Amino acid sequence: MTAFRIEPVGDCALLVGFGDHVDAGTSDRVHAFAHHLLDEPVAGQRDVVPAFTTVTLHYRPELAPPGTGSPYARMRAAVEARLAHDPGTRAGETRVFEVPVWYGGEAGPDLEDVALRCALTTAEVIDRHVRSAHRVHMLGFAPGFPFIGGLDPALSMPRRATPRTHIPPGSVAIARDQTCIYPLDTPGGWNLIGRTPLRLFDPDAAVPCLLEPGDALRFVPIDQAAYEDLLARQAGDAA
Amino acid sequence: MKIDVIKPGALSQLQDLGRWGHQRFGVPVGGAIDTWSHQLANLLAGNTGDEATLEVLLMGPSLRFDTGTWIALCGGDLSPRIGAEAVPMHRRVWVAAGSQLDFGKRVDGLRTYVAVRGGFDVAPVMGSRSTFVRGGFGGFQGRGLRKGDVLDTGDAGTAPPSGASDRAFAVVPVPGFDVDPQVPSAAPGSVTVVRVVRGEHWDGFTAEAQAAFPEATYRLSPQSDRMGYRLEGPALARRQPGELISEGVTFGTVQVPPDGQPIVLMAERQSAGGYPKIAHVASVDLPLLSQLAPSQSLRFEPVTLEEAQDLLLERETRLAALRRVQQAFDESSP
Repeated sequence: MTAFRIEPVGDCALLVGFGDHVDAGTSDRVHAFAHHLLDEPVAGQRDVVPAFTTVTLHYRPELAPPGTGSPYARMRAAVEARLAHDPGTRAGETRVFEVPVWYGGEAGPDLEDVALRCALTTAEVIDRHVRSAHRVHMLGFAPGFPFIGGLDPALSMPRRATPRTHIPPGSVAIARDQTCIYPLDTPGGWNLIGRTPLRLFDPDAAVPCLLEPGDALRFVPIDQAAYEDLLARQAGDAA
Repeated sequence: MKIDVIKPGALSQLQDLGRWGHQRFGVPVGGAIDTWSHQLANLLAGNTGDEATLEVLLMGPSLRFDTGTWIALCGGDLSPRIGAEAVPMHRRVWVAAGSQLDFGKRVDGLRTYVAVRGGFDVAPVMGSRSTFVRGGFGGFQGRGLRKGDVLDTGDAGTAPPSGASDRAFAVVPVPGFDVDPQVPSAAPGSVTVVRVVRGEHWDGFTAEAQAAFPEATYRLSPQSDRMGYRLEGPALARRQPGELISEGVTFGTVQVPPDGQPIVLMAERQSAGGYPKIAHVASVDLPLLSQLAPSQSLRFEPVTLEEAQDLLLERETRLAALRRVQQAFDESSP
């Protein structure tokens, strides 16, 4: 069995930590355990939130499993019992999504700046971004907003000093060792390198979020015409 | 039956117990910020399930009922009235067709929950009728009420109780349904005590911060909303600054950004955050905290996790008892 830690998060949640570093191996274990809980919920379980290195389990103390001790002690024991049968990783079951991206131009106003700061050409930035092994670590910040790990270290750079107040939906952006995609028009400080026509979040759809934590992503460069064509087709499907 | 929105108030929005099960997609739970008052209001109005109630902030709306029905008002007292007559809080009230409910001056608390028999009839989005204004979905068209909106309810209309046929409203006692409102004192200078349990990063704070946290008085900043309550008071410093890896947070998490001024995460919090968690408000005291108004003061009182959970179980037992009283009464009434 591999190492983990369990801590209370207030009186209605607990957290299982699988490591102290954001990496693919830790992420695999996080998502494997989160899926395990979603497939076979513990008594009292209310919500499961995987993040970079942790799974937070929200629970209702009054519905905790029977036994002795506080509801936390009983939830903790139930979680430890689950971890004893280590669900391992789900590498074989990883979903792979292709994300078409129109890089640069008005879709990626920071691409040239990124290239300049990384001492690369814009074509090299795109190439390195496309070749990176992207993986959705978690969704947060806004509905459907993915934090995507695996960015080529040569593209690592800080967020912009002054965040933008409006970012067009579908914008693909990078900061530090991650990529993100803005699903909605929100403020944001990441460096915009392109835009995807994919709709990441639709509250009225049967499956509101396109991406799930743990998904692997492949970014595929497209030109403006293809972007607009895909966007129009998606709008047609929605109508 | 229908309810006409004559005046929307400062911010009136439909809420239930929240959109659980979607936090892993970055969708906030949201829901009523004062779950105790929301649940009491539903029970008093005669609702057995988690119907949406109208969460009314500070300056209430004006609502006209087109048919006689049952309502209940719980939480902060914002001087509800029908015509010139005050409508009592925390009671079952029958309102006549054509009656208009208005609000006035704040007496205490910050939010009133208006429950109607049968609940407000809006389609659930992702399993919940709560309004998520920033996301623009849920509740009534994903937003707060506006003048001219018409709300449907699940009740076809109810005849007046005996002796009330000529009245605009009537209070109907539910024997044994004795509520204890969780509303902070509105007296000037009052300091509301909010119980907390230690957070995961408590040990990372300086000895000075650990000493100050349970002693200090914090003031609720006007920059507070359903997402977070910003506090103003002694700054809380960490032994070693530095960024943390984002991880799960919950309703009541007290996080401390680099400026040292704590923020309590409330109903519409994000699902995860990267600021250190010094403490978590005991769930039993979240209704009280949620009714604290900007510029009012609070103090944190540490309790153990076991104590916090015992208090919460007592609260749940109390709620279950009130539910039995209400159901027995409604089954025996015509």
